[in-house]
Amino acid sequence: MTDLNTLTLADARDKLRAKDISSEELTGACLKAAEASGALNAFVHHTPDVAMAQAKAADARIAGGDAPSMCGLPIGVKDLFCTKHVPGQAGSRILEGFLPEYESTITAKLFDAGTVMLGKLNMDEFAMGSSNETSVYGNAVNPWKVDDRQLTPGGSSGGSAAAVAADLCLAATGTDTGGSIRQPAAFTGTVGIKPTYGRCSRWGVVAFASSLDQAGPMTKTVRDAAIMLEAMSGFDPKDSTSADLPVPDFEAMLTGDIRGKKIGIPKEYHMDGMPAEIEALWADGRKMLEDAGAVMVDITLPHTKYALPAYYVIAPAEASSNLARYDGVRYGHRAKLDGGDGITEMYEKTRAEGFGHEVQRRVMIGTYVLSAGFYDAYYNRARRVRALIKKDFDDAFAAGIDAILTPATPSSAFGLGEMKNADPVQMYLNDVFTVTVNLAGLPGISVPTGLDKAGLPLGLQLIGRPWEEGDLLNTAYALEQAAGFVSKPAKWW
Amino acid sequence: MSIDLETAARVAKLARIRVEEEALPALAAEFNTILGFIEQLEEVDVEGVEPMTSVTPMALRRRDDVVTDGDQQDKILKTAPDAREGFFAVPKVVE
Repeated sequence: MTDLNTLTLADARDKLRAKDISSEELTGACLKAAEASGALNAFVHHTPDVAMAQAKAADARIAGGDAPSMCGLPIGVKDLFCTKHVPGQAGSRILEGFLPEYESTITAKLFDAGTVMLGKLNMDEFAMGSSNETSVYGNAVNPWKVDDRQLTPGGSSGGSAAAVAADLCLAATGTDTGGSIRQPAAFTGTVGIKPTYGRCSRWGVVAFASSLDQAGPMTKTVRDAAIMLEAMSGFDPKDSTSADLPVPDFEAMLTGDIRGKKIGIPKEYHMDGMPAEIEALWADGRKMLEDAGAVMVDITLPHTKYALPAYYVIAPAEASSNLARYDGVRYGHRAKLDGGDGITEMYEKTRAEGFGHEVQRRVMIGTYVLSAGFYDAYYNRARRVRALIKKDFDDAFAAGIDAILTPATPSSAFGLGEMKNADPVQMYLNDVFTVTVNLAGLPGISVPTGLDKAGLPLGLQLIGRPWEEGDLLNTAYALEQAAGFVSKPAKWW
Repeated sequence: MSIDLETAARVAKLARIRVEEEALPALAAEFNTILGFIEQLEEVDVEGVEPMTSVTPMALRRRDDVVTDGDQQDKILKTAPDAREGFFAVPKVVE
């Protein structure tokens, strides 16, 4: 029998319902794999007691015939989600010792559906990073390895991607502000979907940039993404931007039939200096969708070039405001004070000690672009450009485009530490293909479609119309079937 | 636009993050790299474009103006680094 931890959500669900396996067995197998995965540093808090109690309860529900899709399925939870009485630090020192007294809406929904939590997963500090190297817990490591180097699993949801790719859990939650689900998925040969802004509640998820943040599932297959996204989605009165819309049965929409669908290929995504392998992968994807009956259309998204600079105004501005709450008063870490220190010294010392370098830098950039005299020149201009970026997509969809195909990342996974001496803008370029989607609030999915010459996974991104995740998942499903990506990392950890 | 040491120090102060004097030149240089990147936005013609406030066209919901939550003082103070007698405790604010 295959190791149970290697199952997909769909297969495990079917086996649980058929009583071939129990959630206790399945959870036990995942806990064992997670415990033995220290070298990957993907799990940063293990919760075996919670997991076994949830597994027992799930088995009872399944026996009683009351089993939603996620019932009894063990997942990992990104450290950004607050889970009641389980440590959650958002990968930051400033939240050291923070034990949330409440449950995020998404984890509450998942647990109500019977999902089992194995533990919390590593991530870049406050989700700011593309390599998981800004985490207070240290780097998460990609299970994929082709030489002596340790590779990044991407970021910020690096622990989630590593854990899913290494079969430590069946799936994981992630969050995506500029590409933090899709880039790590592409780097690890897994599937990650960022839904439409407003589809998944932000309540109880530590905020980075509130107008861009969306949670989503990170899974082994597109079918699993459909199953888990449905369980995570839905209206929440506690999130003022949550959409009061019905959640479709996404899995039922996976027919694989995309005949006649119009898929756009945006010319602006041909970047200068893009590796030939990425170009080739993109061309392959185009061919695959065409062969499946889709109509490929060359389109233009003229403001693409300005997405990253607009993002690096808007996201830090919102972060500087959101992270003002970490002041040493209400949660987590407070610096040791010298005699005579007042409240200002307490704030300044606490935030200097508690925030890592990248977070400090972004908070200060955000402070600068919002400061008197620069608000119009930077922040308001960036919000105007954002409106134009969204209009580019609106125009494409108005012209009948159903989905847009692009590369997910400009390269395969790079080595940990290799970007250490690069300037910050070099690291930001990782998100060049994904960040437009956050600015426009659209759903986007990364699908593994091939290996590069070295043997590392590469992914393509599909971007969908707002609220049409079902249709997007179906196109992704067709791409997944055509690509037939089945490679797994060889176990070394 | 170029950020000098004085501006870098002012931004750090506004952000309430202590930055030691000797770290300011490197910080100012990083700011300049990032702002140089951001300045591409000046090329875009934004004449007549409204700054985006909401990515999905929606009005914020309203609800009845009634108390729906509260009475959680213990829970809220439990996560504080220093709480006494039902309050958050901080260093002396006024002399």
